[in-house]
Amino acid sequence: MTSPSTTSPPEQEQLPGPDAPAAWSAGTRPPARSRKRTSTITRPSSVLYLFALPGLLLLVLFHYVPLLGNIIAFKSYLPFIGILESPWVGWENFTDALADQDFYRALTNTLIITFVQVVLVFPAPLVLALMLNSMMSQRLRQTVQAIVYMPHFLSWVIVVAVFQEVFGAAGVINHILRATGGRPLEIMTNPDLFISLVTAQVIWKDAGWAAILFFAALAQIDRNLYEAASVDGASRMRQLWHITMPGLKGIVIMLLILKLGNALSVGFEQIILQQNAVGRDASEVLDTYVYNNGLIGGDWGMAAAVGLMKSIISVAIVLGANKVAHIFGEDGVYRRVSH
Amino acid sequence: MPMRIMNGIALLGVSLLVLIPFLSIVSTSLAPRSQVNASGGIVLWPETLSFQAYVQVLEGGAVTRAMWISAFVTVVGTLISLTASAMLAYALARPGLRGRGAMLWTVLVTLFFAPGIIPTFLVVKQVGLIDSIWSLILPTAVSGFNVIVLRAFFLGIPEELFDAAKIDGAGERRILTMIVLPLSRASLSVIGLFYAVGYWNAFFNALIYINDTTKWPLQMIVRSFVVDDSQFTTLDVSLIEQMAAPSSLAMAILVISIVPILIVYPFLQKNFAKGMLTGAVKG
Repeated sequence: MTSPSTTSPPEQEQLPGPDAPAAWSAGTRPPARSRKRTSTITRPSSVLYLFALPGLLLLVLFHYVPLLGNIIAFKSYLPFIGILESPWVGWENFTDALADQDFYRALTNTLIITFVQVVLVFPAPLVLALMLNSMMSQRLRQTVQAIVYMPHFLSWVIVVAVFQEVFGAAGVINHILRATGGRPLEIMTNPDLFISLVTAQVIWKDAGWAAILFFAALAQIDRNLYEAASVDGASRMRQLWHITMPGLKGIVIMLLILKLGNALSVGFEQIILQQNAVGRDASEVLDTYVYNNGLIGGDWGMAAAVGLMKSIISVAIVLGANKVAHIFGEDGVYRRVSH
Repeated sequence: MPMRIMNGIALLGVSLLVLIPFLSIVSTSLAPRSQVNASGGIVLWPETLSFQAYVQVLEGGAVTRAMWISAFVTVVGTLISLTASAMLAYALARPGLRGRGAMLWTVLVTLFFAPGIIPTFLVVKQVGLIDSIWSLILPTAVSGFNVIVLRAFFLGIPEELFDAAKIDGAGERRILTMIVLPLSRASLSVIGLFYAVGYWNAFFNALIYINDTTKWPLQMIVRSFVVDDSQFTTLDVSLIEQMAAPSSLAMAILVISIVPILIVYPFLQKNFAKGMLTGAVKG
């Protein structure tokens, strides 16, 4: 298949002598910044725009149009007349949300869950990676890695279902307790245990995945450093502190910034699945607040206002944290322009 | 060395924390009704094997239908996602294309700004996708992240290959299908599996966009029968022979929803970790 647009237009080839250089430089010479190109033959043809079209259309329709649709945060949305015709109400939706007790409960729960997860979920994979790293048998290590990494690919519905089978009223734990004459425990339905429960689920699902990232960073540390340190009489703990930890700094900072960016969105799927069991007091977070008030309750404008505030603060946190990382000479999530 | 032994025991314990729940799920789905009833729901090891639960679940009804819906969404969705992403990534990877920078930014911005639940729902509603199976595919069909990863792979292909193909008279479509795609088979299959696992596991879209329970994907069925513990009726599974215990039926549904992931897992583990690392670990 030949593409006609990529071959040189014939009239340029037939131009008489004196005009030829001008025609070349005007029409067919590559721009100075595209290196090593010498003819139009290899210049990409405009059919590429057609290639890009389906993907760009989907992104525009389901990303950019909804981004613009956030204007309903400043409107009193009436479903039967549509977003554009609905009346403007200024900041009313925002002041409504900020005056709602439930909003603060959702915000508090979100921040507590994020804090607990940063403190507890972070060290778990690190410890796991260090344990894997000090394992001698390659074969055994790969087996353990394959096992602990697997839950990362299961959906939240399945993870919650698995936890139910273990900790639920008819689950394995209670089955053993009853068989041994003990009293059955209420774990999945106890509001006081909810934060511990969701944290345990996050660890079970993703610790193996994060451990693999840490493990790869460990493999990049120069072995000679450990040898030199032990010759100098450094204990294993000192080696851990002075060699291993600095070697992991980059990846830890990157994961921490990503976690901070998601600080305000603690697992919507995970929590909505278990909200009926423990009630909204213990489990309402910002995302479920938006879902419950907007999609279920029909208070579209206020829910969108909360969602908008959440997105803007999240982006600000990521950019801010990344800036701080750069100031301290780290790469962060993305590199500075000069590599 | 006691340190090493302790380490080994700890890792064995961690592995068992993952394995034992699966063991009990598979065991319960295969256990005979009498044993499940005697143990009060969950079985750690079946006395005899009974496939009755699977027969009932797969013989028709809501569960079978949901399975087909999930399979359809996964296969068709992955094809659409992979085609749209690869074509977009290819256009973004060709140097000298006018407007490439603007198109690249269009993709990059979507990585930072999530549009929010409410406005996205209203757009999906506006284009008439509520209660349509396509609402499980189109809103999440193109992931900016995957496009960027694919573009990075395409950029690694030597430019001389493009030049040579063009001089030989190949158009862009031919270059993409005859040179770029065959050369990137490994990365395409990783991204494809990535999309496929996403579609199979998707729950959020169905929760929000699908009210009609006859259009539920498998994850919604798992939620209804396993997480929320709904009772089975003749509409859901074939109850004519009624031999498997309800918890065996629930666990059989759970196993069916996990098995496809387990089948692709060895491949995912090998390549996905590698892919994550090229992005994550610098040096």
